[in-house]
Amino acid sequence: MSKDIIATIKENVIQGRKTQGDVGIDDSLAGTPGVVELLQQALKSNVSPQVIISEGLTAGMQVVGEKFSTKEYFIPDMLASAEAVGAAMDIMKPVLESANVETKGKFAIATVKGDIHDIGKNIVAILLKGAGYEVHDLGIDVPTEKVVEFVKEEKPGYLGLSALLTTTMTEMGVVIKALEENKLRSSVKVLIGGAAVSEEFAQEIGADAYCVNAFDAVKVLEGY
Amino acid sequence: MPRKGILVDRPFERLTREQAELIHQASMQILTDPGLISFNREAVDILHSHGAAVESIAGDHQSWQVKIPEQLVLKALDTAPKTVKLGARNPDNALIMHGDEPRVYLITGSETNIWLDVDFPTYVNKADPTKEIRVPEFKPRRGTIDDLCQSAHVCEHLEMVDGYIRTVNIQDRDITEENKDVNKFFASLNNNTKHFMSGLTSLKQLDNVVRMAELIAGGKKALEDNPIISFITCLVKSPLQFVDDTTETFIEVCRRGLPIVVSSSPQAGTTAPIKEAGIMAQINAEVLAGITLGQLVKPGTPVLYGSVPVRARMDTLGDSYGSVETSQYNIDCVQMARFYRIPNYSTSGVCDSKIPGQQSSIERLFSDMVVTMSGPQYLHCAFGLLDCNSVFCLLQAVLDDTHFKMIEFFLRQPRVDQPELEAMLKQIRDVVATSQKLYIGHIRPVLRSGEISGVYPFEGSGEADDVFELAHERMKELLARPVEHIDRETTARIFEEIPGILPRLNIYESGS
Amino acid sequence: MPEDIINLIQESVIQGRIYKDDEGMDEGMVGQPGVTELVESALASGLSIQSIITKGLSGGMNIVGQKFEAGEYFIPDMLASAQAVGAAMEILEPYLAGSGVNAKGKIIVATVKDDLHDIGKNIVSILLRGAGYTVKDLGNNIDTQAIVDAVREEKPQFLGLSALLTSTMARMADVIQMLEQNGLRDQVKIIVGGAPVSEEFAKSIGADGYGADGFQALAVVEALTSGTEN
Repeated sequence: MSKDIIATIKENVIQGRKTQGDVGIDDSLAGTPGVVELLQQALKSNVSPQVIISEGLTAGMQVVGEKFSTKEYFIPDMLASAEAVGAAMDIMKPVLESANVETKGKFAIATVKGDIHDIGKNIVAILLKGAGYEVHDLGIDVPTEKVVEFVKEEKPGYLGLSALLTTTMTEMGVVIKALEENKLRSSVKVLIGGAAVSEEFAQEIGADAYCVNAFDAVKVLEGY
Repeated sequence: MPRKGILVDRPFERLTREQAELIHQASMQILTDPGLISFNREAVDILHSHGAAVESIAGDHQSWQVKIPEQLVLKALDTAPKTVKLGARNPDNALIMHGDEPRVYLITGSETNIWLDVDFPTYVNKADPTKEIRVPEFKPRRGTIDDLCQSAHVCEHLEMVDGYIRTVNIQDRDITEENKDVNKFFASLNNNTKHFMSGLTSLKQLDNVVRMAELIAGGKKALEDNPIISFITCLVKSPLQFVDDTTETFIEVCRRGLPIVVSSSPQAGTTAPIKEAGIMAQINAEVLAGITLGQLVKPGTPVLYGSVPVRARMDTLGDSYGSVETSQYNIDCVQMARFYRIPNYSTSGVCDSKIPGQQSSIERLFSDMVVTMSGPQYLHCAFGLLDCNSVFCLLQAVLDDTHFKMIEFFLRQPRVDQPELEAMLKQIRDVVATSQKLYIGHIRPVLRSGEISGVYPFEGSGEADDVFELAHERMKELLARPVEHIDRETTARIFEEIPGILPRLNIYESGS
Repeated sequence: MPEDIINLIQESVIQGRIYKDDEGMDEGMVGQPGVTELVESALASGLSIQSIITKGLSGGMNIVGQKFEAGEYFIPDMLASAQAVGAAMEILEPYLAGSGVNAKGKIIVATVKDDLHDIGKNIVSILLRGAGYTVKDLGNNIDTQAIVDAVREEKPQFLGLSALLTSTMARMADVIQMLEQNGLRDQVKIIVGGAPVSEEFAKSIGADGYGADGFQALAVVEALTSGTEN
């Protein structure tokens, strides 16, 4: 029975079905429970959270990753799966905390001051959440002080900064400088991304990494 | 005499009149439900004072839900000018755009960080060292103000370029957020006598750049009659949001009565529905909301219906300007603008390819042709742009000019009338009566009249593909040809009155 | 006055005007005599055939050639001039014997059996006539036997064969073979041309020359002519 539920969770991750109302890739699943409903059932039947994560969610995401690399899946498919996993992780957060299971890490993400573009940032957030990170999305047009304050209070291991405009990318350097001034720079890895940004620019402002796209961000994090 | 542009007599349209009407109605419904979210207080106040329903939304950034009633939009469409003139330093380069006349003007753009240099190193065949070929190598680097001057200079001489949008973001060490606007305006206006359109980096610089334009145009009134500059603002963020700072800029430009593009750039699949009906209903609502705001700020202020729709690519969710749907959306927007008789600002030629080559040629030529055929008045046709508008390559701009010449030729109207056919019947009978039956003799009278299109100017010899090298030669020729700079006296006044322009841009002082 | 007529002949060759109704390069020439009318009046005023040909016609063609090289003239211009010279030569032909002007030679051209294409062949004819050759155009879709018969009867110095199709180009070899069988091969130089034909193919069937286009064909004929004379 628990094997079945885990396998169904995995299948629904692959299908990218968060809840019962979602359409997957396979039409025949319409109306059947999605990841969220299945997870609740599994927790009720006392299936261990570690097993749910490793054999259901992560294993499902692995298959999705493979399908993406063979071009069977496109980004919208991948995001649907990541969103399903993210929703599952939200539900399990209190369970994991009480069981003292460590998450992969805390990741704060923000679009810098003056910039209101958030497609890229939102995709990164979804994917990282799907990969098991605890993501805190600070939003768009976020003032430097607010970012610094968050790093000080919440102590995330990683900070992702996004900017789309040539006019706002310089704000990323301002954030890094402010972290230095507050002696917080060494406590957090800073990843940057966005259309206007480049590897060269990342080095120039002293960021730890430049991510070409959302997958790159996941890859960079797995490397730490 | 304004520039001729390309007059498309029978524009290509995808939508029936009924479909355009349906999109209009859907957009009207969108503007009241769900309406727009405005992050800009002033826009909210203006719309509210004219009858829009407004509701404050809680959150980190203060915002308001605004519902714009249909009659407000219709009134704005009424006061918005159906003819917009974009002036130029050289009055012969003025652009006159009528919303109901599909006369296409081709304009460069947009602002890239990266400038692509080209070099032609020689390679030796490993198997046969006597064989050598020159291969183009492209090297990206950060754009500078010198590059901007160069590109303005070359675009001055490219025949098909009707107007200039700054091509490259100036990232010199001595350029700051404060002095960027005045420098990019001066560098562009000083090296190009065509119309100049730009966005603003800092609203604080608006008065300075307007003053600069007044000095060049010959005073406040002269600038009004001959608006040598215009602005573009992305005040709308899709879906359906007025951004705080760009909306502020938009309102300020409208107050000054200078021409401005209301532009919206939704990405189908992420920030707009991927289906044609959906993205069209949304982008049309977004642009109409902007036009409405502009007309409320100053009725009669000249606006362009700015549409920059794009489809997302499925492997990265980045922009795919090279996709066929992107051209479809653009063509639909051109038609919607014509539906309202407001001049349109449209986009073509943006390619996904990162370097000049086959992919860039195919992608840009495809969209350049179909979008031009739809008849937008102001076509930002991405002269020289690569990699989804993030790279500018002057060599590519020279190539683009050539293929637009072909498009222009292609769109000439056929001459089929009674006298012409009578002449042709005589010709046919005459030739058929000869033993050789060749019409070659009749080519001669039209050979030099411009009625026969030329061969591809960068055609290689034999089996060699010399296109890039020949285009590069052409580019160097154009750079060597002088441009008419702003005169000494005006330059002196500009440097005196307007702070922040780099002294090295003063050609009369720096000795360059 | 006689000098004037020669100059006018040269000018109308440059303009490519055969008759007084023809348009030329320059506007407003319609109505003024063309090369045929001018040649007639030159003959009537007793001007020498030699001066008409060398100074008037060839002199004009030389300038046309220069203008073509310089990119000022295009092929249609060159053909119009060549046609004018060809028309003039037709008028002059009866007077050539005993005039001291050597005819440049006779050429038979034909498109081979089963092939109806003749644009290339016609252009070659115009250019050869313009260069002063006597051209007999047999037409298109010409039987191998008819070509061989024409060679036997007309005794031309050159035979130009044209074919546009890969399926008909083999007929050229048939013609050459039959000429050999009839013992006529040695009296005539054979030049072949047409889209599918190549230098290599010309060699393989034993032709004397290959012309990739009308101008090359003329150049090959001219080269073979001087070769013959040497």
